[in-house]
Amino acid sequence: MIEDSSKFEITDELKSKIEKILDNHYHDFTQIVGILLDVQDEIPQHYIPKAAAFYIAEKLPLKLSVIYDCITFYDALNEEPRGRYPIEICDSVACKVNDNDFLLGSLKELLGIDFGTVTYDGRFTIEKVSCFGACDRAPAVRINKTVYGPLKTKEQVRKLLEQFV
Amino acid sequence: MQKINYITENFGKYDVFSIDSYMNIGGFQSLQKAIDMEGEDIAAVLSDAGIKGRGGAEYPMGRKWSQARAVKRPHHCVICNADEGETCTFKDRELITNDPFNLIEAMVIAGWAVNAEDGYIYMRAEYSHLRPRLINAIKQAKERGFLGKNILGTGWDYDVHLYSGAGAYVCGEGTALIRSIEGKAGRPRMKPPFMKQSGLFARPTCINNVESLSIVPHLLHDAVPYMQAGTKESIGTKMVSVGGNVNKPGVYEVPFGITVRDIVYGLAGGIQEDHKIRLIQFGGASGKISDDRILDISYSYEDFAKNNLIIGSGSILVIDERTSVIDFLRYTQDFFLHESCGQCTPCREGNRHIRIFLEKIKNGTYTDEDIQTMKTFARVMPMSSLCGLGETAQNALKSAFDVFPEVFASKTQTEAVG
Amino acid sequence: MEEKITLKINGMPVEVKKGTKILEAAKVLHIDIPHLCYHPDQRVKARCRICSVEVVGKKRLLAACATECWDGMEVFTDTKVVRDTQRGILQLIMADHEENCLTCPRNGNCVLQHLCSRFNVLRPNLTHVAESIPVKTTNPSLVHDPEKCVKCGRCIRVCKDVQGIEAIGFAGRSTGLKVTTPYEEEFNKTDCVLCGQCTVVCPVGALVEKDDTDRVLDAIFDPDKTVIVQTAPSVRVALGDAFGLPDGSIVTKKMVSALRMIGFDKVFDTNYGADLTITEEAGELIDRLKNNKTMPMTTSCCPAWVNFMEKHYPDKIAHLSTTKSPMAIFSAIAKTQYAKQENIASKNVFSVAIMPCIAKKYEAKRQELTQNGLFDTDAVITTRGLIKLIKYIGIDFNNLPESEFDNPMGESTGAGAIFGATGGVMEAALRTAYEWMTDKPMPTLEYTPVRGFEGIKEAQVEIGGHNLKIAVVHTLKNAALIMDKLRDGKCDYDFIEVMACPGGCVGGGGQPVTTTFAATKERIKALYTIDRSSKLRKSHENPYLKKLYAEFLEAPGSETAHKLLHTHYHAREKEFDFSK
Ligand SMILES: Cc1cc2nc3c(=O)[nH]c(=O)nc-3n(C[C@H](O)[C@H](O)[C@H](O)COP(=O)(O)O)c2cc1C
Ligand code: SF4
Ligand code: FES
Repeated sequence: MIEDSSKFEITDELKSKIEKILDNHYHDFTQIVGILLDVQDEIPQHYIPKAAAFYIAEKLPLKLSVIYDCITFYDALNEEPRGRYPIEICDSVACKVNDNDFLLGSLKELLGIDFGTVTYDGRFTIEKVSCFGACDRAPAVRINKTVYGPLKTKEQVRKLLEQFV
Repeated sequence: MQKINYITENFGKYDVFSIDSYMNIGGFQSLQKAIDMEGEDIAAVLSDAGIKGRGGAEYPMGRKWSQARAVKRPHHCVICNADEGETCTFKDRELITNDPFNLIEAMVIAGWAVNAEDGYIYMRAEYSHLRPRLINAIKQAKERGFLGKNILGTGWDYDVHLYSGAGAYVCGEGTALIRSIEGKAGRPRMKPPFMKQSGLFARPTCINNVESLSIVPHLLHDAVPYMQAGTKESIGTKMVSVGGNVNKPGVYEVPFGITVRDIVYGLAGGIQEDHKIRLIQFGGASGKISDDRILDISYSYEDFAKNNLIIGSGSILVIDERTSVIDFLRYTQDFFLHESCGQCTPCREGNRHIRIFLEKIKNGTYTDEDIQTMKTFARVMPMSSLCGLGETAQNALKSAFDVFPEVFASKTQTEAVG
Repeated sequence: MEEKITLKINGMPVEVKKGTKILEAAKVLHIDIPHLCYHPDQRVKARCRICSVEVVGKKRLLAACATECWDGMEVFTDTKVVRDTQRGILQLIMADHEENCLTCPRNGNCVLQHLCSRFNVLRPNLTHVAESIPVKTTNPSLVHDPEKCVKCGRCIRVCKDVQGIEAIGFAGRSTGLKVTTPYEEEFNKTDCVLCGQCTVVCPVGALVEKDDTDRVLDAIFDPDKTVIVQTAPSVRVALGDAFGLPDGSIVTKKMVSALRMIGFDKVFDTNYGADLTITEEAGELIDRLKNNKTMPMTTSCCPAWVNFMEKHYPDKIAHLSTTKSPMAIFSAIAKTQYAKQENIASKNVFSVAIMPCIAKKYEAKRQELTQNGLFDTDAVITTRGLIKLIKYIGIDFNNLPESEFDNPMGESTGAGAIFGATGGVMEAALRTAYEWMTDKPMPTLEYTPVRGFEGIKEAQVEIGGHNLKIAVVHTLKNAALIMDKLRDGKCDYDFIEVMACPGGCVGGGGQPVTTTFAATKERIKALYTIDRSSKLRKSHENPYLKKLYAEFLEAPGSETAHKLLHTHYHAREKEFDFSK
């Protein structure tokens, strides 16, 4: 199971990383979306722990409710921990009509997980996302900002996953 | 088959990480020209070329610039909308990937033309891998004095900032986009106040799509090839993103007036395994649909309008017979159900119930009353939604009522016949 | 000269000021365009879309609450497409709404209910999609039932724009959109100060106060209990709203009769407590001035303001006056001196307070306000709660005979009455402090610089050689401005009055849901009327108070007075404390 996000404790190391991110954004609270994206990149499970959100709210002239709103509004920001290699599968029409169901099935079968669960080693999660603008490579997945596709056979999927071993 | 490289002229011709390389092929010469011109004259060039916004709303670009200039309030800014969230639209991605310096040059020209102090590029999070090349382009342009203080000795200061989206289609809508840059959740607000009066940080704001902007340097360099392409009412060329069940999905630049058949069967290589076309959707998820009768119609604003279609962002999604109309509509509805910002009732709740009705139709468990109710909501929702998302979310469904009436046939009728 | 324009609504011409919105123009013609997110005191949200109307020449419908009229505009509010839309939107809302109107606290005065009845919304042909969401009830003041929420955002607006707290906000999107505290925490754990403004503006039953009326009735039915009630100054000028009386009607004497009919044994007046608070607080001010103690001193009678200080400016709580609020002082006396005098065991005195406020419910539960393990105040009922009790008893309020408060704790001065208005505490305190410091009455009793609706009022008063710099603040957004100055060492006031709600307690979070700024202003006028027509207008002249001091408390600030009438504050624990 995915670890419990409320147990996350903020380390001094992470604090100083967050400080640095805030510096890069000139402590400008209007850049909160960019700040949160950067903080998320610093966390191996690609999410924003509650403690980090509280920390940012304390460091910026910004209310926690605004930060929480952003985290829950934007798809690219995550409230819950994910795999170290979250596999985002495009669920747009272009991918659907190119049999992304088969791709999804292959992923589930090869990894032995479903949506909302993580592989035993904490490496992979599978998530459905809206079109990420790679319809010319349908059906496609995106892992840590890189698009892979078209993935039409189970063999292609297996090869892809092996890259992350 | 007509092939044209006007907007895409620079593709592959220079090293996208080197401003020298860009300048070697004539980069930033259009900016030099522009600063010898009045903003109004630049706007006039756009108007003469009849450019309509390429982001979806098709607003005349020259008029937009000229109106923006006319706003007397200080601290103007320019936004480049690189949110490209419409499904099956990825032309802006190609423009940024292959010609980032041209976009920066366009941003500077736009800033000059409307008298702006700042430019913002708002790029969707999904394109974050392209950030380094834009950041580099901005940095190098600044080093060469095309950005920053006293640009080219004019005494004019102007900077370009790169902002990232975070995965929300609705942030392509202008007011949602500015809220996102302002550090809030991207929920649209009502207009007025209009962006040109009070947009980003309450400053007068002129917003354009990546492709719209990208045309500008080319046009100032040499407008003739552009003016010669296209039809009388749709001058020039357009970037189209073709996807779905075609053999060669991708981005193509086409002259207006080319037939849809030439795009789908020519450029995009026809349909996978030679299947028959079920339907084509133009302009992304918010676009309308047609059946294969559209193939021999010319791809132009005027002929599309006659056929109750829109060019919009220029996406062409081809669905073959393996997918049913109702499945296609369900998928499209899923998209809007996921992407609605949720703040206004008709869109938040309407999408959900239309999705339920479509499911019922798919399962054959609907009643005639269901069809009636669905039609009522498909009409009411676009009439009363706050922003363009809710306004256009039922475009596909509403056009399906006309193009594929049999899908929504009354149950009593269907039973009587079959 | 203001520019006028003429438009037509449903064919009827109407002339309005330029800038008027369609919805307001329609009001001039007595047409009520349905609305949910619109609130006269708030910025336009244009979110619920139920006010959509047809405007000739426009392809789409326009939101009447947000669209400014133009000259020659032609509006239709009753065409088929308008009806389909407005009714359709109601149906959409109802499909996602918990269907338990009969057991809803807003049953009978819910905006959604009214609209559904008006549009004859029968069970629509839509799938019921409401999911059950747990109700948040764990704090003493506020109940949040998200399933009833219509996402109009009025509560968010008031929390942000009026109070500057932003304890609640939107989260999520599409059908997952919620109005919630961050991480869906219980309110008391968040930035929320329980002022209750959100419960006033909520059009439905999503945000309501915690109901304590049953507990009060139980006590009334309990033969062992002597149930006494005190009523805050602002209740008497707001209660009439619910019975169709004009804004700011003074219904003190009918209210007293109603309370007797409900079954309270004694009907007293919080104004008596207010007089005591003033006397103590004036004494405290003089003491702080003379002995160079922490200055400036701020008032502490507003419980939401105290919560605000404890949560948001814990480093500044030494500035809060230690004098208890009128409610707390009243109850402390009731449970001691009054109980003794009447020969009732303290535990058998059940002290009820009728307050325009929901934060008072929290205040009543403070550990600092207990004696021997008993709460001084046993139950707090809001003005809205009192309306419910009156309706339950079935009294025809407007035709009630009038009657007087009981004594001793029903006697009060005009100074106690104006406590309910922004500036009132300051004015009352000045009347007493001035006289004590100079041995002369204040030259003008009606000290107008502290009156009025501005957010921050400043003045300087010459008192016995002291140039007292004062500030009067209402709404916490304004209070934060002053507190930030204090933190920056740029605040040179001596005495600051803060009330959390707009206009003071008259605009409190426990007032009728019909409360608007306009109504609040009328109530303020009414309080000044009460003051002007009072025989006694200075707190320290209250005869029963004099007696109380003489027989029981000795003098303001005495040891007994300190023990009974003063309290202390503490910083609140934080979920994440990064300072460690
Ligand atoms: C829901 C919604 C999404 C939109 N998404 C985009 C987008 O991704 N990219 C874009 O350029 N325009 C988008 N638009 C259109 C913009 O609001 C705006 O019209 C456009 O950026 C203006 O530029 P143009 O005139 O150059 O087209 C969207 C509009 C709506 C209502
Ligand atoms: S139409 Fe949809 S996306 Fe637009 S404001 Fe309304 S809910 Fe949000
Ligand atoms: S009242 Fe106008 S949109 Fe809500």
